[in-house]
Amino acid sequence: MSVKQGLMALLAQAPMYGAQLRSEFEERTGGTWPLNVGQVYTTLARLERDGLVEPVGEPDAEGRISYRLTDAGKAEVGTWWSTPVDRDNTPRDELTIKLALAVTVPGVDVQAVAQTQRTATLRQLHDLTRLKQDVLRKQRAAESGAAPSEAPAANEGDEAGRDGNHDLAWLLVLENLIFTAEAEVRWLDHVETRLHRESLRPFRRSSAGETAAEATARVEAEETAYRLEDEGQPQTGRAGARR
Amino acid sequence: MSTPSLLLDNVTRVHGSGETAVRALDGVSLEVMPGELVAVMGPSGSGKSTLLNLAGGLDLATSGRVVIEGEDLSTLGAKGVAQLRRRRVGFVFQDYNLIPSLTAAENVSLPLELDGERPGKARRHARQTLDLMGLRELSDRFPDQMSGGQQQRVAIARALIGSRRLVLADEPTGALDSHTGEDVLRVLRERCDEGVAGLLVTHEARHAAWADRVVFLRDGVVVDSTGHASRAEDLLDTAGARR
Repeated sequence: MSVKQGLMALLAQAPMYGAQLRSEFEERTGGTWPLNVGQVYTTLARLERDGLVEPVGEPDAEGRISYRLTDAGKAEVGTWWSTPVDRDNTPRDELTIKLALAVTVPGVDVQAVAQTQRTATLRQLHDLTRLKQDVLRKQRAAESGAAPSEAPAANEGDEAGRDGNHDLAWLLVLENLIFTAEAEVRWLDHVETRLHRESLRPFRRSSAGETAAEATARVEAEETAYRLEDEGQPQTGRAGARR
Repeated sequence: MSTPSLLLDNVTRVHGSGETAVRALDGVSLEVMPGELVAVMGPSGSGKSTLLNLAGGLDLATSGRVVIEGEDLSTLGAKGVAQLRRRRVGFVFQDYNLIPSLTAAENVSLPLELDGERPGKARRHARQTLDLMGLRELSDRFPDQMSGGQQQRVAIARALIGSRRLVLADEPTGALDSHTGEDVLRVLRERCDEGVAGLLVTHEARHAAWADRVVFLRDGVVVDSTGHASRAEDLLDTAGARR
């Protein structure tokens, strides 16, 4: 996602100055995409140049200028909400490349590579789930604390609603990270099953260190085993591998 | 150091004999302390269910020790194991296993009644347990008047009625959608946070992430364990986030 659209979406709500935009952006995304204030001002300058935002009045006592969306800016934000995110520019994924190389470079224990990654990802998933539990606990505490007879003053209600929305935003970000990590674990499970199936196929690639003659002999032996099994003569040697 | 709620010490389970023997579990050691939730993951046929059956005294180890709250199952005899199972171990299954003709409170009180408790007292206890778990409104409903998630939460209440402090859950969220499954895990997690020990078999990494650690089985052997979590702050740093 570009920072540009994120900042414009915030400005659609109310005019803000740079530092305000930065803290709102980070708070609502749970700090998952930290921005530096210079990046915010550079983006604002470009948006102003392109006629999408404009300054509001004079700088305040501390010299800060607030910006708001122009009509063109509002239209651009509307388009952003209604357009799907383009995922064609998928960044290169190191894990995919690592496993693709692992199955083609002799001598690499692919299963160990996959398992090491799975352990790390499960840990990550666990930690993310802990953070999520904290948010859920906070939400439940807020719900049970808000008894009907204790209706908060208007300002307190606004404040609580704002906190609730920010918690929801943080929850959604966390759940995105959780689902991404889960997808990785599922893919690693799939890799493992694929490797297991491939290892049972007669025409698999040569094992590391195997000479051409040894590979030929192995493939012939496996072909014979498969043929005999098809003819109803199971090979006890393969029984273990198939349970 | 307190006594583990569950201890598996170098446990092996072999089905069959001779050339057709299958080692469903091979030298597995595992400890679950009070207040700890441990998830077991692994591909189909890796020995997850065998492990759970041995842990609950539903099956006997070929070698090694299974110890529940300090009692070695191999020294108890069939009657002793049955009694220990009834009083100390709760089971939660994928398909809830509630009795359709009994209300939630009657289902939950059943283990106490089977153990000789007077029905009135057992029911009172069941209602208290349901209250404690926030399920009071379900007490008088029959299983077909509850959603899958509600039935499973009642099943957890049944698993933990009386003095039972070890819960063994076999894919408890398998039949539930994402949100409902999460409610069930939250209830299980809360019980564990209050001192119950839990062993959770699941194939979903997102659900295993609710546990304190994950044990990974392959071909009857523990190939990995995630151990305890790293700090959440470190995790978010590595994910490019800062909060």
